Amino acid sequence: MSTLTDDTIPVTPRAMRDEMIVFAVMALLLAIVPFSGIYPFFVMQALCFALLACAFNLLIGYGGLLSFGHAMFLGTAGYVSAHALKVWALPPELGIVVGTAAAALLGLVTGYISIKRQGIYFSMITLALSQLLYFIYLQAPFTHGEDGIQGIPQGHLFGILDLSKPTVLYYVVMVGFLAGFLLIYRTINSPFGEVLKSIRENEQRAISLGYKTDQYKLLAFILSGTIAGFAGSLKVFVAQNASLTDVHWSMSGEIVLMTLVGGLGTIFGPVVGAFVIIAMQQYLAGFGQWVTVIQGVIFVACVLLFRRGLVGELAHFLRRSL
Amino acid sequence: MQALYAQLLVGLINGSFYALLSLGLAVIFGMLNIINFAHGALYMMGAFVAYFLLNLGGINYWWALIIAPVVVGVFGMILERTMLQWLAGLDHLYGLLLTFGIALIVQGVFQNYFGSSGLPYSIPDQLKGGMNLGFMFLPIYRGWVVIFSLVVCIATWFLIEKTQLGAYLRAATENPTLVRAFGINVPRMITLTYGLGVGLAALAGVLSAPINQVRPLMGADLIIVVFAVVVIGGMGSIMGSIITGFALGVIEGLTKYFYPEASNTVVFVLMVLVLLVKPTGLTGRAA
Repeated sequence: MSTLTDDTIPVTPRAMRDEMIVFAVMALLLAIVPFSGIYPFFVMQALCFALLACAFNLLIGYGGLLSFGHAMFLGTAGYVSAHALKVWALPPELGIVVGTAAAALLGLVTGYISIKRQGIYFSMITLALSQLLYFIYLQAPFTHGEDGIQGIPQGHLFGILDLSKPTVLYYVVMVGFLAGFLLIYRTINSPFGEVLKSIRENEQRAISLGYKTDQYKLLAFILSGTIAGFAGSLKVFVAQNASLTDVHWSMSGEIVLMTLVGGLGTIFGPVVGAFVIIAMQQYLAGFGQWVTVIQGVIFVACVLLFRRGLVGELAHFLRRSL
Repeated sequence: MQALYAQLLVGLINGSFYALLSLGLAVIFGMLNIINFAHGALYMMGAFVAYFLLNLGGINYWWALIIAPVVVGVFGMILERTMLQWLAGLDHLYGLLLTFGIALIVQGVFQNYFGSSGLPYSIPDQLKGGMNLGFMFLPIYRGWVVIFSLVVCIATWFLIEKTQLGAYLRAATENPTLVRAFGINVPRMITLTYGLGVGLAALAGVLSAPINQVRPLMGADLIIVVFAVVVIGGMGSIMGSIITGFALGVIEGLTKYFYPEASNTVVFVLMVLVLLVKPTGLTGRAA
């Protein structure tokens, strides 16, 4: 059985150095966006999705677990943060904390249920659980059903940073993204990450070596869900609404697509994929349902023709770890 | 009591669709090791083929029951030959991703031309009306759907468990290399299996057309429920899929009567309970 990422380049000082260089370039590029004339709203949105895709990639790329329900973390954190900000009038930092904590709790519960089965069943269970949540949010009064929670106050972060100013908000989102990204990067290269990779390669063997693989998988699931939730909480400040779209299965599909396009199991792939897909949606917004068709075609093309994704192909070509 | 029986009947009908769809998923998974995410989209195509036959060609429901599964089955076989077969030997997850992409394409194309609203498909004359059973009023078409689905399910079970062809199929599921060594064309069998599974989905689509209207997204939400049904029942046994499908439909119907707020979540909640109590599924082997 060929695994999802069969040509992972081993972690060497050189690989680490390459990755740090690319990270520095990425951070620099992001830092100059407000001066470049690029619409900051677009980049902020893409950054939220990039972090979401990175969190998803932590599970699939390093744990071999394909979650088809990651929209539930995005949506749950979004709703909880939005409710906390608007109804409880909490300050932004607490709004983010509450939303992220809700996603962590959701990760604990849904992770405990879904890791009971492997492979394809895991995917189906996560999809079903997110659909369950979708129907709950559809009926729960606090989400306002089809209307969603609108007009969320942005407020002052830590009492000083005015988030209603686009540039301030941009840098807050950017710092949030970079922090989340580094946390994932650190996790992948930790002993915990190594055990996770061994579970992906051969779970039976990891068990026979004495690792309690269920605990590792659960922890990875909670971590992934928490970071995805953090991205969802940040997105509330960007979009200023929380709606059912964020919990719908098609959103979970988009997260999968972003990661697949960028490269499953690559470090920077999900970021590239998120920018590609968000940009595509912006430019093709006038084409209606053809966007769905194009997304489908990209899925098919990625699976059949370049399974390594954009970044994966580049890394393979350069023989570097990216 | 009337309302209870009516909801039970709706439950049985939904159960028929769950059974037909999860049966097809199980058969396909056995041979191709692929979870066919496009199953809901192909179910929808079945309904649309029936709609086209009636409105463009004037071909009635009875012919549609035969033609639609064949057309969609052939379409499925083309998909298998041109795309799915290249995934052999890769991780199962790629099959899920590829068929998800196919579902997006098919649904997107239909949505583009037909929007999201439903197109009416009238009940054939022979099945119009209803009869009074004493304790309830039974619309004949609804009774027909339940009985016909049950017959098709049992015929499929018979084909796979009791015939020579089915024996080859089961053998190829266990060990394709050995079966090929006996001179049986396994790749062709795989293609036909996919066609059969997809054809069952299209058949369910035709059956549902007069009840649920013909909509581009009619299969999109259904397939997720069917996935939950498959998780509950496991894909190891054909009869298991059939029984689980009907049983869950009935439970859903009962929920609609006793606690309507939970009717669209009850299958998922049951899935969670089953996973907590018996993680391998009710009939499934460990996967």
